[in-house]
Amino acid sequence: MYELFKAKAVGVGAEVYRVESKRDALDFILSFLEKEGVSDAPGSYAVWADSPFLEGIDKRELTAIPGVGFEVSRLRASQAKVGISQMDWAVADTGSLVQDQCAAEQRLVSSLTGIHIALVASGNILSGKPQLFARINPRTSKYIAFITGPSRTADIERVLTIGVHGPERLIIIFVDELGGENI
Amino acid sequence: MKKEFKASITKAVNDANLTGALGKFSEAYKVNRAKAYEGMDFEALRSTIAQAKSSAACQLDHLAETFKKNAEALGAKVYRTKDPREVKQYILKVALENGVKTVVKSKSMATEEIHLNSYLMENGITVAETDLGEWIIQLAGQTPSHMVMPAIHMTKEEVAELFSKEVDERLSSDIPRLVKVARDELRPKFLAADMGISGGNIAVAETGSIVLVTNEGNARLVTTLPKIHIALVGVEKLVEKFETVAPILDALPRSATAQLLTSYVSIITGPTPNDDGSLKDMHIILMDNRRTEMAQDPKFKQALQCIRCGSCLNVCPIFRLVGGHVFGGIYTGGIGTILTAWFDELKKSEDIQGLCIQCGNCTQVCPGKLDIPEMIMEIRRRLVLEKGQPMVQKAIFSVVNNRKLFHGMLRAASVAGKPFTSGKFIRHLPLFLSDLTDGRSLPAIAAEPFRDTFLKIKQPKLQEKAAFYAGCLIDFAYPEMGVALVKLLNKAGIEVTFPQEQTCCGAPALYSGAYEVAAQNAVDNIKVLLQEDVRYVVSACPTCTVALAHEFVKTLDTLGRTEWLPKAKELAQKTVDFSTLVKRLVDEGRLSFKEGEELGKITYHDSCHLKRTLNVFEQPRELLEKAGYQLEEMFECDMCCGMGGSYSMKLPEISGPILQNKLKNIKATGAPVVAMDCPGCVLQISGGFDQDGSGVRVKHTAELLADRLKD
Repeated sequence: MYELFKAKAVGVGAEVYRVESKRDALDFILSFLEKEGVSDAPGSYAVWADSPFLEGIDKRELTAIPGVGFEVSRLRASQAKVGISQMDWAVADTGSLVQDQCAAEQRLVSSLTGIHIALVASGNILSGKPQLFARINPRTSKYIAFITGPSRTADIERVLTIGVHGPERLIIIFVDELGGENI
Repeated sequence: MKKEFKASITKAVNDANLTGALGKFSEAYKVNRAKAYEGMDFEALRSTIAQAKSSAACQLDHLAETFKKNAEALGAKVYRTKDPREVKQYILKVALENGVKTVVKSKSMATEEIHLNSYLMENGITVAETDLGEWIIQLAGQTPSHMVMPAIHMTKEEVAELFSKEVDERLSSDIPRLVKVARDELRPKFLAADMGISGGNIAVAETGSIVLVTNEGNARLVTTLPKIHIALVGVEKLVEKFETVAPILDALPRSATAQLLTSYVSIITGPTPNDDGSLKDMHIILMDNRRTEMAQDPKFKQALQCIRCGSCLNVCPIFRLVGGHVFGGIYTGGIGTILTAWFDELKKSEDIQGLCIQCGNCTQVCPGKLDIPEMIMEIRRRLVLEKGQPMVQKAIFSVVNNRKLFHGMLRAASVAGKPFTSGKFIRHLPLFLSDLTDGRSLPAIAAEPFRDTFLKIKQPKLQEKAAFYAGCLIDFAYPEMGVALVKLLNKAGIEVTFPQEQTCCGAPALYSGAYEVAAQNAVDNIKVLLQEDVRYVVSACPTCTVALAHEFVKTLDTLGRTEWLPKAKELAQKTVDFSTLVKRLVDEGRLSFKEGEELGKITYHDSCHLKRTLNVFEQPRELLEKAGYQLEEMFECDMCCGMGGSYSMKLPEISGPILQNKLKNIKATGAPVVAMDCPGCVLQISGGFDQDGSGVRVKHTAELLADRLKD
């Protein structure tokens, strides 16, 4: 299922990785942030929305890195280069990610930033909409958000162009250690 | 048709940017759409959607109340109104009460429908469209030309020009750069806006949810950043159950832009906290604007099954030529014609309804199972009822309804037409066909109509009989097709009868909305065709076959002439098209072709009525291959040739380019001969090749087969 998801998500312009442990994921992210030049200057921040992934992780270690922050305000997010969040589900047949984004910060980090890093539990890849719709419930989740690839438009001469209002890059990291339903 | 309307068509078909962009998109769309639906059962999917939407349309009021109750229980404010003016007043009131200065909007056809932007701006509120295409249109002061791709008619140079003015900087036409400019320009507007206005792709009654489907991410920002969110939703977007969201999400992006899913889908159920911790002030307006009336009209209720994907525009041979602006309103194309007739007024559709050539392409791809051509026919019928027929048309149809006079005039034409004849073609036909324009040759009226030739054909006396219904074109222009048919059926052991009293099938009248005329044609033909006891009534013209097999019953039923229905149904039962019958005879071993000779390449053109109404397309191909031809498929083999009966006379400026495209695709196969099953298509395509001079032979399948019969 991971391979199908990866093929579909890459097909719409996402970048897909898979790691074993949370530590591996953290190392991946930290080196990525460094490479992207995340720093303590407007336009170069990284904002990290609250997520299960962060449980048990010493945030102080991360906030020590210049530019990285867990306070997600609209100002901070709009000046961030990278937004990091955890998505609840991955849907293989369309390469989509799905999350209950009732909390505004989840939407800010995944829509105002230039790059969105999405962490997903490897065991939460579902095959398609029937499986997904059996698990989402609008009565309990007031803002269900689907993300399929980066922001795109083809409004000028039907030429596909990436990153019109939302992120220009979507980086998906599956983390085995996060478990999930299908483990 | 009004002069200005004709002028707008001429302008559009001569706009190379427009026809280039639309043509390219439309050609690629078909392939990409098929790919997007790979592995899915489209028929099952669209049945699910059509059923859910149809059931919703039956209970709009109930669903709207349920939606209101559920969304309000969650803290949203729901406002229901029939009147577009009240929608605008409500939004302005909310804006004024909250000191709103600026609004950001994500794409919403409903707000376009009521001209919300200009109203808010007149009242001192700044409105920014944030969908890139909509923003371009807004800057250009235009209306969208396509439901899903509002600025498809503009070039990157034109966009660069607009953006340069907006940002006061000379911009090049580099598309990624232009998109970046839009991002940078619109971002501060998002962050500063006091109010966000969105539409809604789906509204779920049982949960009070609205679903937004976008690619750019603007809807997510519009519903997240401003503290007030107003969603304007037409009541046709209501569905009863949450489970219906999944099939609509399966179909909408695939049908709209051939995507598996758009980049963003948001399912919003009641107000959520803003980023400062306060609760969103969320308003949902359920707008009726005649949708309930539409739901109560048995002929138009199906229009509410539309999910606004725009696929009907993408496959339309007319839309790809003229684009959306010719339609004059907010909604464009065939579906736009219907919505304009209702949301504006019937009269507004008077000219644009004539653009539909009735090819039926849209019925094949519509995920809501709408029969747009049928609804447009109904608009025509109502226009004729309301306004009467145009004088010239009335005169023509009074002739068509009098067989003796009609046939007498056609015979006269064969004589009168002589001085103008050059080979098989003449420039102008006399009588009611005389306003045909140049650009295409037309066949001479045959020196001897089939009805006379028939009397001279020596047939064996046989048990099994089939009545031949010739139709006007075979009878008076192409009698050789009829001769070929008789030869084939005789060979298979069937004797052909030709009831001399048969008359026009009524299609010209029907497709002009003159149902009374068509009904009289139906009755006259039913009487004579059922007189003799025959096993089949066979026709070699798909339009006639459709008339006999489908339209007679429908037309008589529509007009309440129910006393004729049993007979009409009996005739429909017996009616069969040429290729279907001959294929059957070949399969039964009653007919076979000469063997051992390779006849070379042939290409086949599918006629609209045969392919899409009668669902016949394999039979003629198999027959031609059996007869020794090597089939070479052309690009878009089932795209209309532009004939459409009198369409080619009313709108030659559209029919012409469609024909040229067809000729190009035929020539590209390299086949020296093109076959088809419709004398109307033969008329159009051979007329085109006659002027084009490329020497491709154009033949009815019957003629080609009759030449290959085993002795």
